[in-house]
Formats: sequence, C-alpha cells, structure tokens
Amino acid sequence: MKNHSLATLGRFRRKRTLGRVWESMIPKFLLACALVSVLTTLGIVGTLLKETISFFTKVSLFDYITGTKWTALFNEAQQSFGVLPLIAGTLLVTGIAALVAIPIGLASAIYLSEYANPKVRKVVKPILEVLAGVPTIVYGFFALTFITPLLRTILPDMGVFNAVSAGIVVGIMIIPLIASLSEDAMSAVPRSIREAAYAMGCTKLEVALKVVVPAALSGIIASFVLGLSRAIGETMIVTIAAGATPRMTLDPTDSIQTMTSFIVQAATGDHSFGSIAYGAIYAVGMTLFIFTLLMNLLAQYISRRFKEEY
Amino acid sequence: MMSQATMSRYVIQVENLDVFYGEKQALDKIQMSIEENTVVALIGPSGCGKSTFLRALNRMNDMIPSVRINGAITMHDENIYDKSIDVEMLRKEVGMVFQAPNPFPKSIYDNVAYGPRVHGEKNRKVLDEIVERSLRQAALWDEVKDRLKDRATGLSGGQQQRLCIARTLAVEPEIILMDEPTSALDPISTAKIEELIQELKRKFTIIIVTHNMQQAARISDRTAFFLSGELVEEDQTDHLFSNPHDQRTEDYITGRFG
Repeated sequence: MKNHSLATLGRFRRKRTLGRVWESMIPKFLLACALVSVLTTLGIVGTLLKETISFFTKVSLFDYITGTKWTALFNEAQQSFGVLPLIAGTLLVTGIAALVAIPIGLASAIYLSEYANPKVRKVVKPILEVLAGVPTIVYGFFALTFITPLLRTILPDMGVFNAVSAGIVVGIMIIPLIASLSEDAMSAVPRSIREAAYAMGCTKLEVALKVVVPAALSGIIASFVLGLSRAIGETMIVTIAAGATPRMTLDPTDSIQTMTSFIVQAATGDHSFGSIAYGAIYAVGMTLFIFTLLMNLLAQYISRRFKEEY
Repeated sequence: MMSQATMSRYVIQVENLDVFYGEKQALDKIQMSIEENTVVALIGPSGCGKSTFLRALNRMNDMIPSVRINGAITMHDENIYDKSIDVEMLRKEVGMVFQAPNPFPKSIYDNVAYGPRVHGEKNRKVLDEIVERSLRQAALWDEVKDRLKDRATGLSGGQQQRLCIARTLAVEPEIILMDEPTSALDPISTAKIEELIQELKRKFTIIIVTHNMQQAARISDRTAFFLSGELVEEDQTDHLFSNPHDQRTEDYITGRFG
C-alpha cells in the first residue's frame, strides 16, 4: 500500500478540457430550445389576453356571452357581438363529427386490437395514422365537392354550404386519431385478463366489449375528448364547406359559421388595426382557446382519474 | 349407446394427442385418462409440454394462430375437438386458473359475478348467492365480505389468486385447470391454496401444472411426468415418487436434471 507513487495520486481529479466545457454547455442549449416553445405559448396567450381585454372595454362582456346575434363585420351602426351563434355553429359541427367519429373510431380500434391478425394490424395501423396527416384543406374540398353533392341527391333542397357536410368530414378527419389512441389503450390491457375471460367461456365479442373496453375506458374516453377538441379547433373544412352565416340553429342542413371560420373570414378581410371587428378576432380566438384548453384538461383528468391498474 | 353402468369414471380421456406450433411438435401421441374428483399434477422441466397439454383440455391453444392439433380428447363421450363443439360451452365446464393472479380491473363482487352475468344471469339475488358461495368455496369470504365493492386489484397476491379461483368456481365448472397457480405467491398464500385444492377435490376434478415436486407430492392423487413433449410416466403420486418405472422419471425427481 505504501508503494503508491505520487504520480498515481490525483488520477481521478477533474481536468478542464474543451470537451468538458462543451459537455456543460449542452444542457443549457437544450433548455433554451425547450424554452422557445414555452415562451411562444406565453406570448400568444399574452397577446390574446391584451387584445381581448381591449375588445371588452368597447363591447360588454355580458352582451358578448349572452347575445344571439353576431354581425361583427357589418358597418358600425349594425354591429352586434353576441358570440352564441358562433358557439352554436361550432358545437353543431362538433356534434355531427362526434356522431361520425366515435362509433367508427371505436369500432376500428376494437377491430384492430381484438380481431385483426398481427399482419393486418401492421399494415392498417400505419395507414390509419397517415390519414391523420392529410392536409385539412383537402378534406375541406372533399366535403364541398363530394359529400355535399352526395347529400344533395338525398336532400335536394339543402344549400351548397351546410353544417352536416362539414361535420361529417370533420368526423372523418378525427377517426384516425380516435381509432389510433383507443387502440393503444386497448392493446395496453394485459393478455392475461383476456385469457381469464376466454377461459370462463366468453366469446370474442364479450371479451372485447365487457373486458377490454371497460379496462381501457380511461384511454378511450380521453381519445374521444382529444378528437373532439381537434374538431372544435378545425378550421379549413368548416371555412370551405359550412358557409359563413352566423346563426342560432340546430338544423344541420343550414349554412352556419363556426368560431374558427369567423376568424378566417375576419382576418382575411380588410379591417383596420384597432377597429372593433379586428378586436373581435381576438375575443373569439380567446373563446376558442378556452374551449380547447378545457377539453384537453378534461382529457388529462379523465385519463389520470380513471387509470386502471392491472 | 353404452349403458350407464359400463360408462367409465373417467371424465377426460386423451387419445393420441399431438400438438404442433408451426413446424415444432410440442406434444407427441399423448395417452391419458383422468378420473373424476381427483387431483392430477403435471410435472416436468420447462418446455416439456405440460402447459400445452393443460391448455389443450380447454382449447386455449386454439387462440395461437399457428397451432395444429391431432388426436382426440373425450369428455362425456364427446370429442372436444369435434367440429360441432361449442368452445364457449366447453370452457364454461373446464375452468382455468392462471400462473399470475389476473383479476379484472373491477370490484371484488363484479369479478366473481362476471362469468354468471356473461352467461345470462341477471337476477341480483341469485348473483349475490353465487358470489357468496364461490367466495366461501375459495376460502376468501371472511376476508372480503365487508368490502365486496372494493377494487380487486387492491387485494394481496394470495387473495387475488383465491379471487380468481372463486371467479372460476362461479360458472360452476366440472373440471378446473391450474397453471402453476402458486408460482407467484409467498409460502403462506401457497399453503392456503394447497389446502383449498384439497377441499375443492370433493366437488371438482383438478389438473394442476406445477414446477414444485414437493407440491405435486403433497396435493395430488396422480402425477404425470412430461419430457420433451412426451408423457413419460403417469401413476399414483406416491408410486411415481417412491418407485418410478422409467429411468428418466427417476432422474428428474431425484434432481439429476430439470
């Protein structure tokens, strides 16, 4: 032990080299990258808040929330800022989309997770996920030039712009999202639980509906909520196919306007900076943001609160 | 038709059973008869085919896409591999308990009531009775009677396994298959399950796969030794352990391999 030479002492002492400096810079650089998106989000919310507050100094918040007439882009004498028609239009389209996407998305997920053999699943699931990447403007055109004419063969009196066509296509757009996320949730249910049910004499359908779906319910519902949150925020399809007529209606064959398509209409028009119509864009944007934020929080809450432990 | 008197006491008769997974043969010409109200232990080293044999008895192997099965397994004079057999009805009669406890993520009550509900029982009173009877049979009633609405996943491992046994009993099977039911449990829970198996033997026929030869010796009436897909020897348990006929059986039970 005594023979340890001085040279070996300090063998583990840290040496300052260029490599080491570089190494210590990396985390700072990565942090900066992460901060970009956080700061951008904060910036957006800040701008939204500032403009929204300034809008509500000119228009009463109460009238905005309870008003049933939206004529923001009319001349000042006729302007009315009741947001309910836009919310009604948004919810109508979202409701139709839910009717289309939830059953089809869930059925696809059950098929992929419980029935499809692994080879089929390996091919179909990526295709489904690619569908989620189709630009929404393409879907919008599909609604206007294919679905609407198709529907008009059944309902000849229906206008060219209508909520149902847009709603159906928004639904089609979110099917892959719902199917893929639900399938993930169902595939995460352990095989041992399925085997237990089969061993008791359950059919495949009983195993799927009474064991797998309930066990994966938190993930499935979260996928619905996320899908509908996408539907609420969807812009191009409704702008192209649903019309631009703010209207309090539950009739899906009517032309309507959603919050998003109003923003497109107003933002592409020539409204001077600082005008009330210009401010309305931000107020509606804020409303929309609150809607989707609440939906996303709801999805997170559901998947945490009802998470199953197997 | 045979008269009642000449019908065998055998609940299960296995004739020339071959099981293949793809090209690989997992079981080779198995012949075995199992009497009612007995406990039969299946022993042998890993990969010897004992679990495959167990799963052939309730056709759980069917779910593996590449599986191919020859031969016959007769229960009550019916070949369970006949085309006319309703697999769900078969599995209702041949219950199964698995290696690791696998309760459903539901309440204790709903776990036990699950099978009867699926098979059409809706009456609340009848279900209550089935749940209580099954939990008593599984020696779990006293531990859980005050918390039937609690989640099953909150029970200890040993309790979960007894719950899984109760869940199996609730559909009133005739035969219970157990695939290493105590391998994930501590010694005290294991002792409880072994005790339970002795109780259940009075009403059910039990076929149990085990890696533990002491366990086989303690609880079974007959023992079957499998090796490389072959049924080497099947005999009364005390005979097989004290006086094996085949050298390979002797080598295995004396710990020379496996």
